[in-house]
This record gives sequence, C-alpha cells and structure tokens, in this order.
Amino acid sequence: MTQFPIGRRTVIAGALGSVVHGGASFAAEPIKIGFSIPQTGGLAAIGLQALLTMQIWAEDVNAAGGIIGRPVQLVTYDDQSNPANVPRIYTKLLDVDKIDLLVTNGTNLTVPAMPIAIQRGMVVFCMLALAVNEKFKYGRFFQTMPYGPRGKESISEGFFEVAMAMTPKPATVALVGADAEFAKNAVDGAREQAKKHGLKIVYDRTYPPPTVDFGPVIRGIAGTNPDIVYVGSYPVDTSGMIRAARELNFRPKLFGGGMVGTQAATLKGDLGEMLNDVVSYELYCPAVAARFPNVEAVLKKYQPRAKQKGIDPQGYYVPPFCYATMEILHQAVTGAGGTDQEKIAKVMHATTFKTVVGDIKFGPDGEWDHPRMLWVQFRGLKGQGMDQFTNPAAEVVVSPAAYKTGELRYPMGLAKQ
Amino acid sequence: MVDPLAVVNAVVAGVMLGGFYAAVALGIAIAFGMLDIPNLSHPAFVVAGAFSTWQLNSHLGLDPVVAGLAMAPVFFGLGWLVYRLYYVCFERRGEAALQGLAFFFGLLFITEVALVMTAGADYRSVVAPYIGVSFTVGSLVVPQRMLVPFLVSVVMIAVLHQYLLRTFTGRAIQAVAQDEVALRLMGVGPMRIKGLAFGLATATASVAGALLIIIQPVEPSIGREFIGRAFAAVVLGGMGSFWGMLFASIILGITESLVSDMWNPSWAPAIAFGFLLPTLAFRSSGLLGRKL
Repeated sequence: MTQFPIGRRTVIAGALGSVVHGGASFAAEPIKIGFSIPQTGGLAAIGLQALLTMQIWAEDVNAAGGIIGRPVQLVTYDDQSNPANVPRIYTKLLDVDKIDLLVTNGTNLTVPAMPIAIQRGMVVFCMLALAVNEKFKYGRFFQTMPYGPRGKESISEGFFEVAMAMTPKPATVALVGADAEFAKNAVDGAREQAKKHGLKIVYDRTYPPPTVDFGPVIRGIAGTNPDIVYVGSYPVDTSGMIRAARELNFRPKLFGGGMVGTQAATLKGDLGEMLNDVVSYELYCPAVAARFPNVEAVLKKYQPRAKQKGIDPQGYYVPPFCYATMEILHQAVTGAGGTDQEKIAKVMHATTFKTVVGDIKFGPDGEWDHPRMLWVQFRGLKGQGMDQFTNPAAEVVVSPAAYKTGELRYPMGLAKQ
Repeated sequence: MVDPLAVVNAVVAGVMLGGFYAAVALGIAIAFGMLDIPNLSHPAFVVAGAFSTWQLNSHLGLDPVVAGLAMAPVFFGLGWLVYRLYYVCFERRGEAALQGLAFFFGLLFITEVALVMTAGADYRSVVAPYIGVSFTVGSLVVPQRMLVPFLVSVVMIAVLHQYLLRTFTGRAIQAVAQDEVALRLMGVGPMRIKGLAFGLATATASVAGALLIIIQPVEPSIGREFIGRAFAAVVLGGMGSFWGMLFASIILGITESLVSDMWNPSWAPAIAFGFLLPTLAFRSSGLLGRKL
C-alpha cells in the first residue's frame, strides 16, 4: 500500500488546522478520522473534491474549538480508485493508525470496507454510495446521499414520475446502462419503475464501460422507436451518449436518467447546448440555493481552492453532501460525548441532524428516511462553457413537487434553441 | 429483418472507430511490433498528449489536431529519453523481458499521477468546429467528431509508412528489429536507431491524444481502457505491419459497431477479441505481419 504525499499533507493539515487558523489551542488528544479516498485513477475527480471538502470542514471545526474539546485529525490514503486496495487501507487505519472514526465514500469503494467495519463494530459514516447496506443490513451504517429507503428506485423514480405526467402518456421505454455497479442498480430500478407504470420496455441492454463510440448504441435504441429513454451512465459514457444522440438527431419525447457526469461543471460546460431538454438528477443546484443558504459559505471556501487543484470548480455535487456527512459526524460524537461506537450508533438512529443541505434523519437501514433526489431539466444553454450553469434557469427542477421550479418541456427539442 | 441501411451506418461508424484505434495502436506497432519493447505505458502517453492538446486548445485556441502535431516533437524527445533509461537499466544488461514489462507498467502509473498533480483529476475537453456536428449523405449520418480522427489517423500511418520505406533511417528502423548485428556492420548504431524509433512511437501518442480528446472528454487514468485494444490490433494485424494494424483496428471497430447496433453492446468487446483467437490459431503471424 502506498501513502501518497498528499495523504501525509492531509494528516499534517488536519493536525495543524487549529494553529493555522488561529483557533483554540488543544491539550487533548486529537480525534482521528480515517478514510480511504481515490486521489488517482478513474474516481479521483470525485475523491479529490471530497478530500478538499473534508479538509475545509476539519479547518472549520478546529478553528471553532474541535469536537468535545479535542481537535480533529484526518488520516487518509489513496486507494487509486481500486476496490482491491480498500481492505488493506482500512485494516491499517484501524490497527496501525488507531483511528477513532471511520468514513467511506462511493459505492464500489465502500462495499470492500464493510466486512472490516462490521468485524470491528465501527460506525460507518458513508457518502456518495448507492444501496450498499441492502445486502449487509449493518445497524451502524449511515449514508448521506438522499436516496432514501428504496435506493435503486430513487435513481429513476422522479424521472418516471415526470415522464408519466406528459400528455399523451408515454407507452414505450428504452433502458440502457453501463455494465458496472451503479449503472446496473440504476437500470434495475428503472426496470421496476417501467413495470409499475405499465410501460412496454422495447430496449433493455447494457454496454461495456470502455465503449468509445456510442453512435451504434443510439442507433440500436432509435431502431426500437421508444417514447422515452432512460440511461444509467458514468461521466465519459454520459458525454458519449448525449453527443451521439445529438449528432444522429435522435429526439425521443424524453431523454435522460441516472446520468453521472451531468452534475460536474467541466462536463456540463463541455456538452453545453447539447444538454438542452435532457433530464437528469442533481443533489444541489443554483435553482434551489435559496432553500439551503448555508451551502454558499462552504462553496465560497471550496471554489478558489478547487480551481488551484484542477478539480470541479463549481462543486455543486460532491462538497455540500460531503460537508453534511462531516457535520453529522460532529453532532453524533458530541451527542455521544465521545467516540464510543455503540453510543454514536444510538445517536445516529435517534437524531435529526441539522446540516448545510437541510435536516437529515436516518431510517433503520441507515439511508435517509425519505428520498430527496432533485430531477432537473437543462434549459436555454448556448454553445459551450460552464459559467452558464451558475444561472438558476439553466437547470429547472421538475421533481419532486416540494422543490419544483418549473414544468417539464417536451418532446426533446433541438440542441440549438 | 435486418435493415441494410442500418448495417451500412454501423459499418461506416466501425471504420471511423477503427481508424481512431489505429492511431492509438501505431506507437505500439513501432515499439512492440518492430522493436520488441512492451511499452504498456503508451496509452498513458496518449492521455498526456490529450492533456497537452487541451492546454494549447484552451489557452491559445489552437485546433486540436494542430496542437497534437505541435506537441509531437516534445513527445519525440520524451520518448527518446524513456528509451535511453530503459536501455541503460534493462536492455543493456539483458534484463528487458520481465523487468522491462514492470518498468513500463510503473511508467504508466507515474504518468497518470504526474497528470493528476499537474493538471488535476477533472475531465478535460476541447472546442473545435467539427465537434458535435455531423454530415448526412442520403440516410448515412457521419459524426465529424469521428471522421476527423479517422482521416488524421490514416494520413499519419501513410506518412510514417512512407518514411520507413523511403528513407535510410526508416529502413534502419526496420532492420534493427530483424538483425542488430547486420545493422552494426553497416555502420549504424542500433541504440541510436532504436531511440529514434521509440521517439517516433511516442510522438504518435501526441497526435493520438489529440484525436482522443476530440472524440470524448479525458481524465488522467482513461488510457488504461485502450491497452487491450491497442495490443490486440498490433498482434492481430501482424507485428511490424502498419497496414495490417490499421486493417485489424478497422475489423475491431466494425465488429464492435455492428454488435452494438444489431445485437447487444455488452457483447461487443468479447466478440471483437474473440476474432483474435482463431486468427492467431490459423495465422500466427497475424493478418499481414512477419512470423512471430
């Protein structure tokens, strides 16, 4: 296993946070928070955003006096986006680094950490993971993404609700997704939704993750003439799918789905007007900024540092919920009066946490007790460029009703509008 | 019933895709096919080429293809240096086989980490007038994002092929793969020629990287996805044969495209690679290559 310099810097930054920021001086032992995070490899774009946000949180907490009078110290290693590295990292964190609290992130990188966490009875503070606890059913697992108790379905539920409100109602659907964990879960959920709404599935295929040209996939879908198309994809595939659909002038009534990447500023900026009318999910976007005013302060700290590090310069997707995860950790340790895992787990189940992304209450499975995925439709985009996505009108929230900022526009129009 | 027009569209898309695969595989065709150097890090160099194209495109507004060509001499120098290191550490001591493989595998990761440290881990893309548009001939639709890489790739292969055929250095590069001693007797230093050839192979990564970022956004680790396809194209086409490699790449592209369009996309790589096995069973030298 390799501990990269950035990991060492993280430890030092965490430990010295109070000194750097002129906050309280600590006599007590630090609370060590350990996690594996992708700093290189395919998931680094997400991992580095999470790491930066956690560093910002640690600085904020240490400047304000720490948690129960103890400073926080982040201990982290690069898992290189490789799940095979994860068990070794968590074993070292627990046995050698003697961490007090354990954090995980991402579906594929949380699953291999679970057996170790369960064996040691550790509370798992998890972020950005889909339906991990469905199989483990671990009572000390808590995940901060707002999927709710039916994880697989939540990544398609809003899309189908919106689709079924169209007039006339759609009758056929094409389902397509990458042959990988998250996308398969998303398409599984979409299949259930299609059955629930009585839609005829005319195309139901997966594609291998290293696909370069999505033209043939889109042609295959277009050949079945579906009313709506649900896509479960990863960032590069999302870009390939949307480009191919536009280049081949494929315009069903509704196109979109659980498309990872439509939340990332650089990818959105690259696709620009090609995204017009596409419907995808978001966790936070400028259209709902007024509902979560405390996110702005986090992003103000995050954005200048992200630009320097060459990671998502807007940070609407990862940082708010990552910061919220750490706020929950803070409140849980305070509530438990220490790092006793049993006490923390009890507090986690019993408390409604106040976070920058709103109130969070966990259900028995450790997921949010209700889903709150935002379904947005991209509108009015011109050419390329990420700056246009700071405009609340660029992403109209079409579901759920409580956060709705506009009605769905259909059928899918041209890219240039 | 199969729509003939759909088949034509899929075949044309496959040809375009194959052309791009050939651009990625060209450097491996030189390094592995001609010099017997298992350069596993070549796809990472391609991604480095894509990042340098992104820099020139976003800061100076250079067309991606022009940017890729402009950076080719820098990549040539880099390749020459890498070969010198490889020669001094492994080849000279006769430890090129397994240690060499480990060296290039390590270089792949070092290149990726260097890209994360210098350019960040985010997705990068370029702007060009031919991205996002397509031209239509009857019912045939060809995305220019795929057509431009195909054309550039074929021209690059043709130019390098002519260079190897018609220049003294080019013929020396072909000779060094076959008989180093004979080349020495002709008064030519094999190390110098191998360094030049490896530099050329790395220079093609700069152009291939430009073509990659035209097709899709890139992040530092994306090159790993091309290792299998690129080596398969070189072996299937025949070691040392550029046209064989292009032919094999196009076969891979057409197979992937047809299977994705007509059948099931998830079967595309299995069927494309499945073609490799019987070909090598019945023709061990590949489609157009020298004996293995």
